[in-house]
Amino acid sequence: MNFFSQAAAILWKDILTEFRSKDAITSMLIFGLLVILMFYFAFEPDRLEIEKFGPGLLWVTFIFAGMLGMNRAFAGERENDSLQGLKLAPISWAAIYLGKMLANLAFMLLVEAVILICFAVFFNFDLVPRLGWMLMITLLGTLGFASVGTILAAISMNTRMSDVMLPILLLPVILPLVIGAVSSTAAIFTDPPGEGLAFWLKFLVVYNIVFLTVALLLFDFVLEE
Amino acid sequence: MNSDRTTPVVHIEKVEKWFGRTSALRDINLTVQPGEFMVFLGRNGAGKSTLLRVIARIIRPNSGKVEVCGVDIQRRPEAGRERLGFVAHNTFLYRNLTARENLKFFAKLYQVPNPEERIRETLGWVGLERSANRQIQGFSRGMQQRLAIARATLHNPQILLLDEPFSGLDLEVSELLAEWLKEFVSHGKTILMATHDLVQGLDGAHRWAILDYGKIVEEITGSYVMVRDKYRQFLKERKSEFF
Repeated sequence: MNFFSQAAAILWKDILTEFRSKDAITSMLIFGLLVILMFYFAFEPDRLEIEKFGPGLLWVTFIFAGMLGMNRAFAGERENDSLQGLKLAPISWAAIYLGKMLANLAFMLLVEAVILICFAVFFNFDLVPRLGWMLMITLLGTLGFASVGTILAAISMNTRMSDVMLPILLLPVILPLVIGAVSSTAAIFTDPPGEGLAFWLKFLVVYNIVFLTVALLLFDFVLEE
Repeated sequence: MNSDRTTPVVHIEKVEKWFGRTSALRDINLTVQPGEFMVFLGRNGAGKSTLLRVIARIIRPNSGKVEVCGVDIQRRPEAGRERLGFVAHNTFLYRNLTARENLKFFAKLYQVPNPEERIRETLGWVGLERSANRQIQGFSRGMQQRLAIARATLHNPQILLLDEPFSGLDLEVSELLAEWLKEFVSHGKTILMATHDLVQGLDGAHRWAILDYGKIVEEITGSYVMVRDKYRQFLKERKSEFF
């Protein structure tokens, strides 16, 4: 069984268990929608204000909603000590990381799609002309977040206050990613797209390559006792 | 790689394991032959579970060598784990999946040939074929442990590692488990079991090792009654050290 089939088996299992329990997706979705709603009623921004604050608002919502999902990523593995069962299987432990990371990515993208639609509806913002760019930025930003978040969720899993520990570990590491994602989103919110777009997209690609590679190489040590 | 009848299924040399400043295993040397049923006895914290986890290479020892069926488990952990099945007090199963889905998932990870047929066969063997499509969160402790045994033996392992498998089981399931263990050994397979108590099902064991403070302090080959008396004596001596 090759590395990617092993990861695919774990991805299938995580999607199926989440589909049954709906723990992570429900909490992420409710949180994300509440944030959008609160901002809408608190500020009632006009078009110029949306161009200015919209990217930040979107990414803050994505990140904090995603954090809720990350906290759940290994919670299911703690019940019945299931993570030990995965560790005992004749598979690469990096495949466990990849499968879980892809599952987190899928859940986040699903939630982000709903948040984006609500953002466009509530703030009367036309996303259609910039949809291609928005999807690319969302995919790159979320991939980076899931790459770092999954390995840090595994590290914080065994700490006493894992729910608090994860944001403390995660936020400083994803700060450059958030800057890149917000800046590139801001660049496509203006018409025509801002000059910095190409730079920030390259930055997001490099961030993803670096952190995904590092996480795949280090995951064995994270699970090691 | 050798895994014929003459090669020890487990060979451990000078294994040490530390957790911080605490020594969990000290100078462990052990050779287990195919078809042996060996029991590790000891009080809580004696190092029994750590030893099983070192053999399965979930825990990396600080020093020493561990071979499973001739495979150096440090260098090729995946090749070693292929030959192992592990049953513990916790079942390692997913409560939101059905019994069949749980086994299907592990069959994929272990690359079990003809998985559907093997799953049907194994579910029948543990008497869960009627509950195959039920999510296991509705299962009793005994049913979950039976499924855990199905999970551990699905890939037909050569060695079964058991960590307190009888804990929390009712009499009926305990008797079933004891039967299965005898059947497993009768097929030339090897069992290594850790327990802190002389529970039932151990009368089929061939060899015993008493662990204390991470060290094998005594190895016994003999009848269950003889071992029971020796172990009780050992516990009595340890108790008198405290009072």
